[in-house]
Amino acid sequence: MAFYVVQFLTGLASAASLFLVASGLSIIFGVTRIVNFAHGAFYMIGAYIAFTLTERFSGAFGFWGGVVLAALAVALIGVLVEMVLLRRIYHAPELFQLLGTFGLTLMVEDLVVLIWGPDDLVGRRAPGFKGAVDFFGQNIPSYDLFLIVLGPVVLGILWLLFQRTRWGVLVRAATQDRDMVAALGVNQKWLFTSVFAVGVFLAALGGALQIPRDAVHHAMDLRIIVEVFVVVVIGGLGSIVGAFVAAVLVSELNAFGILIFPKISIILVFLVMAVVLIVRPWGLFGKPEAAARKTPGLSVNPWRPLTSNERLAALAALVVAAMLPLVAGNYALTVGSEIAIFVIFAVSLHFLMSVGGLASFGHAAYFGLGAYGVAFLAKMAGLPMIVCLLLGPLLGCMGAAVFGFFAVQLSGVYFAMLTLAFAQIVWSIAFQWVSVTGGDNGILGVWPEKWAASPSHFYWLALGVAALVTIALRVMVFSPFGYALRATRDSVLRSEAVGIDAKRIQWTAFVIAGTTAGIGGALFAYLKGSVFPDNLGISLSVDALVMVLLGGVETVSGGVIGAIVYKALNIWLVSQTDLSKLVLGGFIVLIVVVFPKGIVGMLEILAQRRRKSSPPGSSLLAKPIESAE
Amino acid sequence: MRARNYVVGAAFALLAAGMGHSALAEDIKIGEINSYSLLPSFTEPYRKGWQLAVEEINAAGGINGKKLVVISKDDGGKPADAQTAANELVSSEGVAMLTGTFLSNIGLAVSDFANQKKVFFLAAEPLTDAVTWAKGNKYTFRLRPSNYMQAAMLVEAASKLPAKRWATIAPNYEYGQSAVAVFKKLMSEKRPDIQWVDEQWPPQGKIDAGPVVQAVAQANPEAILNVTFGPDLVKLVREGNTRGLFKGREVVSFLTGEPEYLDPLKDETPEGWIVTGYPWYSIKTPEHEAFLKAYQAKYNDYPRLGSIVGYQTIKAAAAIIAKAGSTDTDKMIAAAEGISMPSPFGEITFRKIDHQSTLGAFVGKTAQKDGKGVMVDATYKKGSDYLPSDAEVAKLRPKD
Repeated sequence: MAFYVVQFLTGLASAASLFLVASGLSIIFGVTRIVNFAHGAFYMIGAYIAFTLTERFSGAFGFWGGVVLAALAVALIGVLVEMVLLRRIYHAPELFQLLGTFGLTLMVEDLVVLIWGPDDLVGRRAPGFKGAVDFFGQNIPSYDLFLIVLGPVVLGILWLLFQRTRWGVLVRAATQDRDMVAALGVNQKWLFTSVFAVGVFLAALGGALQIPRDAVHHAMDLRIIVEVFVVVVIGGLGSIVGAFVAAVLVSELNAFGILIFPKISIILVFLVMAVVLIVRPWGLFGKPEAAARKTPGLSVNPWRPLTSNERLAALAALVVAAMLPLVAGNYALTVGSEIAIFVIFAVSLHFLMSVGGLASFGHAAYFGLGAYGVAFLAKMAGLPMIVCLLLGPLLGCMGAAVFGFFAVQLSGVYFAMLTLAFAQIVWSIAFQWVSVTGGDNGILGVWPEKWAASPSHFYWLALGVAALVTIALRVMVFSPFGYALRATRDSVLRSEAVGIDAKRIQWTAFVIAGTTAGIGGALFAYLKGSVFPDNLGISLSVDALVMVLLGGVETVSGGVIGAIVYKALNIWLVSQTDLSKLVLGGFIVLIVVVFPKGIVGMLEILAQRRRKSSPPGSSLLAKPIESAE
Repeated sequence: MRARNYVVGAAFALLAAGMGHSALAEDIKIGEINSYSLLPSFTEPYRKGWQLAVEEINAAGGINGKKLVVISKDDGGKPADAQTAANELVSSEGVAMLTGTFLSNIGLAVSDFANQKKVFFLAAEPLTDAVTWAKGNKYTFRLRPSNYMQAAMLVEAASKLPAKRWATIAPNYEYGQSAVAVFKKLMSEKRPDIQWVDEQWPPQGKIDAGPVVQAVAQANPEAILNVTFGPDLVKLVREGNTRGLFKGREVVSFLTGEPEYLDPLKDETPEGWIVTGYPWYSIKTPEHEAFLKAYQAKYNDYPRLGSIVGYQTIKAAAAIIAKAGSTDTDKMIAAAEGISMPSPFGEITFRKIDHQSTLGAFVGKTAQKDGKGVMVDATYKKGSDYLPSDAEVAKLRPKD
């Protein structure tokens, strides 16, 4: 019995660490609607700075002072980031801020290694909490007890802050209805900055408090960010109590789950999130999002098919690309094939995001399923390459059909997180089912047949498929189905009023996007000759998001440009510099600030200005109204 | 859409501009790939190691009179990116061979690439047995002692312990899974009386150490096998120390004696764990002292195991090319099979039968000295003594 009590307390201690970080993320998201990917980076910087301070100043005062000072310092960095970077992009399309904070995260990962060196750092234990307390023969670390107390204390302070201060009232009001708060004349700039500072302070405090338990190293951010986001979503966005309950739920399920299934940790949080979201679409304590007041079409350039001149130009460009094998060597051609494949992947997500208004955080699942489909067919059934390429993507199609059915019941960030949960479940199956998938050692030897083996032939194949896919999706955008899909994106209520079955249309779009991603994955398997669980992983999903956002989410073909620019730059930087993450992150941040509509979105605006015949919609674009945030 | 292909062109122009060759045509170029951005704590010393080797080789007149140039690429910890890098090195840089890699899945991906493109690949670090056995191929050789070899070295010491109730803690991925599987198999062969009472599989890099330690303690084992390393190991050791998990229990642990993983533990270093590792401070052979002196003179820092791996990888590559007298792949394979060469750990041989080198490892016990973790009572175990019989190996490895 004593054991179960201790295991429960241990779970509570884990929950407290998780809650500190999650609460900050929840507050930030609730008010500013920013998906703050850099939250993990702030957590990590908090730990690094606290390490330096606690090493320098000894004694109890030095340690606790160092921890608090570190959190304050990072909060200050957070304020700078908010004022310099985020303030410029609140008007940008939804999720665009994700791109900016993603760029920051990349930069920080390289910066901490530059500043603090490559070694893992182990800090001091907390003065006064070094030992353990005996509980009927079981030891409980006293630091765990400290955390167990700290969690509810922080929860209480936050509750008082939100319920008993004017600032708290404003924050709650903004969480519920930002537009109304703005209309009532509240200065949102400072409200947002202060909320961001508080959120970052909590993240950094969470990081600093890990020093007595953990090693400080440059991958801490990614280790925590996804998990924390899951906790926030399970609890319900913007709900602090929800975040606390979710942290306890997840930690306790893990603490007791490993007693029965030792391998459960790898997937547990995602399983819990999937179940919770299917049962309660807004998380445990969340409320349905208020209907958007945005006038449909206001922020989007009216889409139109290409004119015949533009079609000719596109065709000419395609012909030029097809002539690449005449001048380029094998390496350039293989890179070209990879870029073409990522164009397929990016346009598939772009279709879902731009046309359907459904941002998937787990799109790599269908890319990876396509790749595994090919690998199974080629290695186990021994089918010829053409058949594999045609049938492989069906696995992506089936996955999208099953998961899409559940996912489209939700919307916004909840939709995104459910797709992430499904992707992680698929990933963990590929990772754990060693006898079938080879686990993380993957499936090797999936090489193309002779007719496609030479880099130029494969390049033509990939380019051709990419062109076909892009054209097909474009045609679909301007088909009746495309219009119906855009209607569900712009206003679910109005589209249903005119008789469109929104869920069915969105589900169909999800399956189309998943199948298309599967086509990309199928080609990718042959390009690399092997398939790994990586092909389904979070980082690939994030890559796809970045490509779409970089190209411009409000455009018809932004995904194409985004994929080319991001992938080419990424490959080139990794090859040329040891600090590729720093440079790439810096580039992304720069793009975010200079091109808040994405590359293609910005080009369109420039082109329209030059023509000087801009319709009223785009003049709004160029000068977004303050209060429309 | 129309702008797409212009951008392709621009991208390639950029790529082409970036490919300026610094090496001369007569130089011998070796391609090197590793997870520099993902695992800097290993790869930084590793890089220093191979740079020292390049300097020494060229100072001694190069390889058969030609200057050695190593072109190094980062794989970011992703197999797909490692293949892109391998392709660049082979197709565009025209390297004579590929070397490097750390993670097992990346080692396998590059090995499969080498097999497909008929390129010589000298794997430096990936430990999975599959590299030389189940998925071994003609083109792939490996330097470091494999999972099997390290497990066999540890089993030799572990089987002498009186403990009968064993628990295991290992990261939940291929390396952890196969380390536990081999250890269990070899251990149960020597000691049929052993019981395996618990196993914990925390996700790599994400251990929630408190509950794991508590769960293991609850099973009340007499001895524990640990396979976690890096930040996971730190968390496990800290929780284990506080909760008294290691008190009165024997612990056998993979890789923990390597400075990369032992040094961060400082005054938390547990006493008396049986570990594999690299006690650079107590190896008194002339070969190692020469290496140590050269390394410290150049970097004013002590070597980690990564330094040895990087150093010996390039030394081995150079020795193979020198013996082959050519950078022709088949000639290099012929030269590499059975080649013997000096190393900081003494003479090593690349076996003809499975292309595994006989580089060994040190087995010893952890201890604390002046608030730092050290390995004591360390003895060098030759790799050749811990490999299965040739008949067994032949069964494990597909025919070329």
